[in-house]
Amino acid sequence: MPFLTCSDDLAQLQRVLLAINDYKKPTVVLCGATGCDTLGAKEVVKAFNDEFKKRNLENKIDMKETGCLGSCERGPRVTIQPEEIAYFRVKASDVPEIVERTLLNGEIIERLLYVDPVTGVPARYLYEVPFYKYQNRLLLDRNAKIDPKNIEDYIKLSGYKALAKVLFQMTPDQVIEEIKKSGLRGRGGGGFPTFQKWDSARKASETPKYVIVNGNESNPGTFMSRILMEGNPNVILEGLIIGGYTVGAHEGFIYVRQDYPLAIENMQASIDQAIAFGLLGKNILGSGFDFEIKIVKSAGGFVAGESTALMKAIEGRVGEPRPKYIHSSEKGLWGKPTVLNNVETWANIPLIINNGAEWFSGIGLAGNKGTKIFVLSGNAINTGLIEVPLGITMRDIVFKIGGGIRNGKKFKAVQIGGPAGGMIPEQYLDVPIAFDELEKLGAKMGSGGLIVMDNETCMVDAARYFVNFLCKESCGKCVPCREGLLQANDILTKIVSGKGEEKDVEKLREIAETSSVASLCALGATSANPMLTSLRYFAYEYEEHIHRKRCPALSCKPLINFYIDPAKCMACTLCSRNCPVKAIDGAVGKIHIIDQAKCVKCGTCFDQCKFKAVTKISGEPVPPPIPEEQRIKRPAPRSRGP
Amino acid sequence: MSCEKIDQIIDKYVDEKGYLIQLLLDIQKEFRWIPKEAVMRINQRLKIPVSEIYRVASFYTSLSLKPRGRHLIRLCLGTACYVRGGPKILDSIERCLCITPGETTADGRFSLETVSCLGSCDLGPVIELDGIYHGRLTTTNLGELLSHCK
Repeated sequence: MPFLTCSDDLAQLQRVLLAINDYKKPTVVLCGATGCDTLGAKEVVKAFNDEFKKRNLENKIDMKETGCLGSCERGPRVTIQPEEIAYFRVKASDVPEIVERTLLNGEIIERLLYVDPVTGVPARYLYEVPFYKYQNRLLLDRNAKIDPKNIEDYIKLSGYKALAKVLFQMTPDQVIEEIKKSGLRGRGGGGFPTFQKWDSARKASETPKYVIVNGNESNPGTFMSRILMEGNPNVILEGLIIGGYTVGAHEGFIYVRQDYPLAIENMQASIDQAIAFGLLGKNILGSGFDFEIKIVKSAGGFVAGESTALMKAIEGRVGEPRPKYIHSSEKGLWGKPTVLNNVETWANIPLIINNGAEWFSGIGLAGNKGTKIFVLSGNAINTGLIEVPLGITMRDIVFKIGGGIRNGKKFKAVQIGGPAGGMIPEQYLDVPIAFDELEKLGAKMGSGGLIVMDNETCMVDAARYFVNFLCKESCGKCVPCREGLLQANDILTKIVSGKGEEKDVEKLREIAETSSVASLCALGATSANPMLTSLRYFAYEYEEHIHRKRCPALSCKPLINFYIDPAKCMACTLCSRNCPVKAIDGAVGKIHIIDQAKCVKCGTCFDQCKFKAVTKISGEPVPPPIPEEQRIKRPAPRSRGP
Repeated sequence: MSCEKIDQIIDKYVDEKGYLIQLLLDIQKEFRWIPKEAVMRINQRLKIPVSEIYRVASFYTSLSLKPRGRHLIRLCLGTACYVRGGPKILDSIERCLCITPGETTADGRFSLETVSCLGSCDLGPVIELDGIYHGRLTTTNLGELLSHCK
């Protein structure tokens, strides 16, 4: 292992690594991140190893485990290089065929390819997959090229070059100027200009100073930080060391959720390797600059991701935010000047230093530069991690990248910005995704959650869900958030249970408005968004719940009933056999009836029925059961039942 | 409860600053929860007030002051899992094990907790069973999964 003592050593190492790299050697690249792992990637890896051993191919074919590319749902993913043939949903049993046909004979196995759900056209190579084609993956692309546990892979792709450039060719002021020109804004949600934080921490007179990576990703529906930490930990370290050098800090912290074991493991492995290579620790690359990094595990809690609360958590105390009349960049961790940035913000730094501020500011819109990683989830056809230039429209994300709505249903809304974000309806799909534009709509950028909701999602229930989440996560320090959210949660729960009253909407609005101006931190202040956006864009749904006791999306359990349409029922007994509370009466040849008194509305019958005979009814009485003598039905053909 | 084990864990943190949460996480990793004995021992050895230790331990969602069962089910009810049927999975676990979130079965076999996001939204609904993620859950494969836990 080479210990690098100057920037020439680093450049030399990169040259050597590139020279010994055999680009033509067939390589099987597998995703080793949590998503694919959950879906059985380990068995696939083992199957490849066994197959290579059996056929004596161990020296002829390489295998590599990399980070995540973002389409976890279609995992485990296998890419065959150098051609970049991409196979999805690979099982261990597919491996012998892949080795025989693709690796040895160059054939493509059609059934493992990604097929565009809209056009039905298969994508043979990774870059043809529509999910990736419309993205601009500056940060995520390298995830698929790097073994996160091998620092040399990162160095091969010009890793730590930005650090060397900063240490030997730039003064801290020049770095700040470069970040300023790039237009980078914080990716954690607030969108605060990154250079400003750095500049005021640099100018603060007190020492020591600290830099922190906020990896306490607890927004429901997001995992961009996890993917970066698991897939390319070195880029975060490099950004952090550059930040440390710029503001004059010698100690950095990475605050990570303890629920992310692989992220912690890979970050720690990278720290150890960076120290062994002389890229971290005393006298980095012989520059005289010392810097250490420690990983601090988070014990959970959404509010602990708030900057001032997070610093208290690192100090080992209760994570309650404090008022911010003094910025953390002057008095932060242990009362000292501190810069805290999100994982994604830190990961952007080496890119800006390497490629220049002008290049970076050429991407995106005015005031919204660069790319942003989102997690596209919910009811879209293609879901996963996406990286797009800021300024792209919601429509392009949902329909081009996401491929539209699942199961032929209709689009209803996009929820953007995490639980304290807003729900945006169809008429605003063409608004560009940018910090200020989203705020005008009552939503916010947030850290990048993007949840697509179809016409079967109830917006009142969605608002209740987010408010309930925020209510549980409120630290309890200030009244508007602690008490206001509790009341709002009660009101919304009442409405979705069919007990809403006329005055509830007004009360809700009042609570939301108070909370937004009087709360101590962003959690309380932005908690108004889900209430206000749902009231603004989906007032009709509130009215239906309150006045007609009807849920238009047919989703709120207390307001719906399940009913078997006698005309469609084939009397196959599938539903009655699967009913967990035996509420369905019927037999083969006898039309089924749901006993409404026994029904717990679990929806199993609705999901199971192959003839769409089970329907949901809301806002009107359930038709009475048909008379006994009319319940005779010719037995359903055997093949239709399971 | 082994006091020796508690002491060994505390030893690692004697000279660190800001250690309390990390220490409690380690204690919990060893015992699956934070027993009173550990709290008292931390108080004795590190001179942190008992009230402060309880305050921290009760504030953070990952720390448990109640004993947990042999198997810990953490069900994700994050937004993505929620819209994909997380509540149905919760219903099914509640019915099958007769416990609600925060409780442990009478035989000490399972504890159930809900979490706000496990960061595997693509695979929803997701549970973390004893630290291992299981995705694309249905009421059918859930039952099979739980039946393997003794």
